[in-house]
Amino acid sequence: MRVIERPARLALEDGWTALGRAVGSPGSGGGECVFNTCLSGYQEVLTDPSYAGQIVVMTYPLIGNYGITAEDSESSGPQVAGFVVRECVRRPSNWRAVESLPAYLERHAVTAIEGIDTRALTRHLRVRGALRGVITTEDLDAEAAIQRARSLPLMEGQDLTGEVTCAALGVEGAVAGRLTVAALDYGLKQNILRRLGAAGCRVLRLPADATAEDALALRPDGLFISNGPGDPAAASRAIETLRQIGRRAPDLPTFGICLGHQLLALAHGGSTYKLKFGHHGGNHPVQDLRTREIDITSHNHGFSVREATDGARRIVAGAPELEVTHVNLYDGTLEGFRHVERPLFAVQYHPEAAPGPHDARHHFDEFVAMIESRRGEA
Amino acid sequence: MPRRDDIEKILLIGSGPIVIGQACEFDYSGTQACRSLRAEGYEVALINSNPATIMTDPESADQVYLEPLTIEICQAVIARERPQALLPTLGGQTALNLARELALSGTLEEFGVELIGARLEAIERAEDRERFHALMLEHGMAVPRGGFARTQEEARRVTAITGFPVIIRPAFTLGGLGGGVAQTAEEFEELAERGLRISPIGEILVEESVLGWKEFELEVMRDRADNCVVVCSIENLDPMGVHTGDSITVAPQQTLTDREYQAMRDTAFRVIRAVGVETGGSNIQFAVDPATGRQLVIEMNPRVSRSSALASKATGFPIAKIAAKLAVGYTLDEITNDITGDTPASFEPTIDYVVVKIPRFDFAKFPSADRRLTTAMKSVGETMAIGRTFGEALQKGLRGLEMNAVGLFERGPEALADADLAERLETPVPERIFLVAEALSRGWTIERLRVATGIDPWFLHRIEDLARLEDAERGTAFEEMAPATLRRLKAAGFSDAHLARRWKLGETAVRARREALGIRPAFKVVDTCGGEFAARTPYFYSTYDEENEAYSLAGPKTVILGGGPNRIGQGIEFDTCCVQAAYALREIGHSVVMVNCNPETVSTDYDVSDRLYFEPLTYEDVSAILEIERPDGVLVQYGGQTPLKLTRRLAAAGVPIVGTAPDSIDRCEDRDRFARLLAHLGLAQPRSGIARDADEALREAEWVGYPVLLRPSYVLGGRGMVVVRDATALKRHLGEARYAFEEGPLLIDEFLEGAVEFDVDVIADGARAVIGGVMQHIEEAGIHSGDSTCILPPHDLEPGTERELREQARRLALELGVRGLMNVQFAVKDGRVYVLEVNPRASRTIPFVSKATGVPLAKLGAQVMVGRTLAEVGLESDPEPLAVAVKAPVFPFDRLPGADPVLGPEMLSTGEVIGLAADAPTAYLKALRGAGVDLGAAVSRGVLFSLNDRDKPAGADVAAQLKSRGVAIHATRGTREHFLRSGVDAALVLKVGEGEPDAAQLIRSGGVGLVINTPLGRSAPYEEFALRRAALVSGVPCITTISAARFGVQALAGADSAPAVRSLQRWAARHRARSVP
Ligand SMILES: Nc1ncnc2c1ncn2[C@@H]1O[C@H](COP(=O)(O)OP(=O)(O)O)[C@@H](O)[C@H]1O
Ligand SMILES: Nc1ncnc2c1ncn2[C@@H]1O[C@H](COP(=O)(O)OP(=O)(O)O)[C@@H](O)[C@H]1O
Ligand SMILES: [Mg+2]
Ligand SMILES: [Mg+2]
Repeated sequence: MRVIERPARLALEDGWTALGRAVGSPGSGGGECVFNTCLSGYQEVLTDPSYAGQIVVMTYPLIGNYGITAEDSESSGPQVAGFVVRECVRRPSNWRAVESLPAYLERHAVTAIEGIDTRALTRHLRVRGALRGVITTEDLDAEAAIQRARSLPLMEGQDLTGEVTCAALGVEGAVAGRLTVAALDYGLKQNILRRLGAAGCRVLRLPADATAEDALALRPDGLFISNGPGDPAAASRAIETLRQIGRRAPDLPTFGICLGHQLLALAHGGSTYKLKFGHHGGNHPVQDLRTREIDITSHNHGFSVREATDGARRIVAGAPELEVTHVNLYDGTLEGFRHVERPLFAVQYHPEAAPGPHDARHHFDEFVAMIESRRGEA
Repeated sequence: MPRRDDIEKILLIGSGPIVIGQACEFDYSGTQACRSLRAEGYEVALINSNPATIMTDPESADQVYLEPLTIEICQAVIARERPQALLPTLGGQTALNLARELALSGTLEEFGVELIGARLEAIERAEDRERFHALMLEHGMAVPRGGFARTQEEARRVTAITGFPVIIRPAFTLGGLGGGVAQTAEEFEELAERGLRISPIGEILVEESVLGWKEFELEVMRDRADNCVVVCSIENLDPMGVHTGDSITVAPQQTLTDREYQAMRDTAFRVIRAVGVETGGSNIQFAVDPATGRQLVIEMNPRVSRSSALASKATGFPIAKIAAKLAVGYTLDEITNDITGDTPASFEPTIDYVVVKIPRFDFAKFPSADRRLTTAMKSVGETMAIGRTFGEALQKGLRGLEMNAVGLFERGPEALADADLAERLETPVPERIFLVAEALSRGWTIERLRVATGIDPWFLHRIEDLARLEDAERGTAFEEMAPATLRRLKAAGFSDAHLARRWKLGETAVRARREALGIRPAFKVVDTCGGEFAARTPYFYSTYDEENEAYSLAGPKTVILGGGPNRIGQGIEFDTCCVQAAYALREIGHSVVMVNCNPETVSTDYDVSDRLYFEPLTYEDVSAILEIERPDGVLVQYGGQTPLKLTRRLAAAGVPIVGTAPDSIDRCEDRDRFARLLAHLGLAQPRSGIARDADEALREAEWVGYPVLLRPSYVLGGRGMVVVRDATALKRHLGEARYAFEEGPLLIDEFLEGAVEFDVDVIADGARAVIGGVMQHIEEAGIHSGDSTCILPPHDLEPGTERELREQARRLALELGVRGLMNVQFAVKDGRVYVLEVNPRASRTIPFVSKATGVPLAKLGAQVMVGRTLAEVGLESDPEPLAVAVKAPVFPFDRLPGADPVLGPEMLSTGEVIGLAADAPTAYLKALRGAGVDLGAAVSRGVLFSLNDRDKPAGADVAAQLKSRGVAIHATRGTREHFLRSGVDAALVLKVGEGEPDAAQLIRSGGVGLVINTPLGRSAPYEEFALRRAALVSGVPCITTISAARFGVQALAGADSAPAVRSLQRWAARHRARSVP
């Protein structure tokens, strides 16, 4: 078996470029280049809607080891704008594998490149920050490819919530569940639905253009704000929806993850900023400031909520009613907050994991407990 | 939570001598623990019987007790030191079992000592397989079906549930000792009996077999606040049924999806919580059904282990150091990750490379041993390799093993017929990986190999890819190969040596072409975080990838070449020397670059040197490092034969070698030059001849005079050396061994029968030489110096002869211009001194001599090598010993079924212990005690003699002395007749085969406590073999030389019956007090 090799090029806006071999489908893919440090879980990474508009570089060099399974996609298909690996494994081995990674990439027309010194690239991104880049199998010289990377839109200012949402309202999770949760889908990961379902929730999934009325008309017991791609500050429609809901149903138990966390902060007057190269991996320690407990958590975000202090209190800057509950022990960034009066909390990381450790799963139970205690009061 | 202030002094227990299943990894963990506890301001007392360790250096702990690891000694040390806490989780199974005994016996309570790290209940829950099994079931975790037995009958009953094959696993043992797979009821009887006997609590687990399932391990850490992290996941290439210690293993795991991996991680945390290991590292093993993904928990070790050392080296996360800090109260988030310098240790390392660990076996030394790999560990060492792909790491690892393999595709298996290959693939053996590679090159299907070997297709596919990659280029002339293709081959791990062989070129030609094309390895950093943060710790590996992260370190700089994987003959002693050299050179302001590939060692701890390269010690790999570093000097004297073998090529390439000149090394290694050297100095050497065919061998032997010692010239390190007593035996030997003269001539030496052997260690600066120590062997010459018990100072040597030995050694050192260390082996016969061997390098005995004299020879030697004089390092005269020190070897026979426990000129021991006392008899008995033999108790149960004719007279004396102590004497027919004639009464014992009850039965039934059997040579008749194996299997000590028997009996008469324990520091103080008038 001699694999026919097609050359491909990776070029970044700052002029960094490398030649490799194409995997997946021919053509070009462009987006913001970020690296992910998970050792396993490339299928979940590829299909995570939060990666829309991004080229993902895997730091682990052997990708594709166990192929693609029928159960582990986080959405209907790959979402990344491109995929960069050191070595793409063509012949996988796992009892659940239904397809090899390169076949899957090809079938879904994902442009990917292998044979890249991904560690060198990662170190470059670490120093320079996330950069726009292109992967191309076209006959472009380095300069042309670099130019193309420069012509891509910056991640800042892009509202991508509408790109990866569901088409229309749908019922998911525990279909016959005791509790009804309205989930605003800005790129909702499958495993969030599974976790909410496992916690006993019937999930009514709303598309990104849903209004506060749409959500409240469902008379949900709780509100969930999903993860998703793009610049949160640019998602003005979503922020407005959250403001409206907050105004009309201040006591509605609310939980946000990742983009949802950022949007909730913004809706309360907070602000966000772009991280140099973001957090993308499965090993970040996050500490609960109240209990000092540490969870090893799954991360995927390029923006962060700005923090401030109010006397001895750590709060979301611009939103004193949002009290910081979680911080990242790597870089001290804000990882979670709660509302001091209302039943509302959010985390920047991914308690649903997929990929990554399950340590923070308890947040789903906390959400359900929050809903139940509200119901008890009501 | 901050450090605990209610503790001031902590007791650590080491793991004792190196044995199969417990090697240098516990020196690594113990050393890290000592260092970090002292850095926290605690006083540390340490007990370990192994003098070759770094942890037992007086600088490592406040009080170092080089004492036997017995409960009595531990009690005495506790009474003397009064520690508030005992940390039992860093000294392997030995420390854990002792801690458990100390707790159960009430000692800890009596002296108010708290177990930290793991409490008694946790140890019991994890190590008692029955409780563990029950606990797992109680917490809803899946385990193989099975049951527990304390008797043979109970065991038999369990097989009704499990069927056959069935697995037997004794409780509280290590390295799978005493366990195995029984295919039939017959095999079961034997294994069950053995297991019950070997388990310290007489319990075995009889378990459903999941042979052929995938095997995984997770290294987990937990702190007092219940934070848990996985440091590393490990996947075994060899499936269940081959002990993890004997398996090729890969980190991180490769074939589990994230979903399956996270489920395993969740289970691991549930296990550690259920067992209740409060703080520290634990290791949890899993079996996974390849067809369904079902996961079973196999075992958990509530302590740091061999795998933790591997995980630490594989990820850069120092498990032992952190475990020690957690034990004294810190939580993970309060500890900094050294590598990044500003992130906390409460995270999970992520890596951006592949790590492969490969075990090293030494079966060639045990021709009768069963080479099949099973659930009981048999390997004696391991190497680890790092690469960016599996192929690269695997092939680097294979050459790092130093078993003469240049890569995965070797010549040996090429010659096998298909049918033989197929048959040999069925059973796991050390060379199976090469057989698999050969089969895949022959185009056998993945499925066929999967069925035959149980190896996961993922590994088979990768190996097949390598085979194809190489095969595709077969038709191409090397010079015409496209640069990209050559780069591809290099990135897949093919060594220059391999390419040279395949294309029938010299390695130099391959290298020249490669360099002309600019194809050179890059060095990358092991940073725990996959490049996410800047790393401070310079820990490198090579790979054929684009970006190089290593630049030459500034300032005066020495590269130290380590010793590679442990093997018999080259073990921890050399690592200890390398580490001491690193310390010593850094002390005087040199930068130190360490190169080694043994994950168990202290030398591969990134803290030890300024820079660590985790690389195989081949010429190709080493020179790539030297090209980057361009050091002022390379130290080749301390890593044993491994670096020494590279000296000539390195020197020829213009690399500056520090210390003794390469030419002097050559003068000792080259036989003719060595003979001339001795002649020049007027020193005597045994007569010797050289033979190129069988006829010449007979003529030469005749001329040299029988008995003769045969040494094949093409094998290293005493391999295949035998003593032959007459022409018939020589002919038989040449026939049996099918001696291959084409590979090199046979060397024939006069065998110095009955000579006394001495080891002398020397340190010299080119102008002066100081004798570090003179050791007298208790066994006569003919037993390898590494296998002899030796005593320092010599116990019965004419002062004149001792002066003579010192003088000859000094003259040799000066003539050779030795700068650094040198070791000479002498034999003294009839008052005449013969030089047997000169090793112009650190010897195995350096750490022992350093402990016994308090003079850190390896350290001083390193400083001398870089230019200091002996006067400058403060060594003016030959040091005196602090006490009488005895070094006793420890053998692996009990772990190698079928091995014959007989000593000879080829080294067989894996480790050593020291006995320190004020007098020789006491020191000797202590050393034996440390090696697991309580001689007094043993003889009191009766002694069985079976001696060769030469030894009968001396044996009769020994028997007479024993008799006078009231010991019951048994003897086989001929021996007994001689005894009776000499007036020593003895009971007759039949040899095996002469009728029943025979000697083996007597031994098995506990009728004797000691066997003294001196065979003639190693090709012993079956009945002797059976006798010794019976002793071994029944745990009865067996002495195989009359000199050792004689010395033992004398020692029993002269020893102090209740010697006090004394730390090394107090021995030194006592010595100072005595020498100041
Ligand atoms: N039920 C089983 N079926 C097949 N192989 C087993 C079984 N249990 C253990 N093994 C094998 O035996 C080896 C040693 O067993 P283990 O319990 O880990 O002993 P140790 O304490 O020496 O590590 C394991 O590494 C595994 O390969
Ligand atoms: N001529 C000899 N007479 C008696 N014993 C010998 C003689 N030469 C070697 N030996 C024995 O063989 C052992 C191993 O030999 P040596 O040359 O030291 O091999 P190695 O290179 O393995 O250390 C020595 O320790 C000594 O006991
Ligand atoms: Mg064990
Ligand atoms: Mg084990």
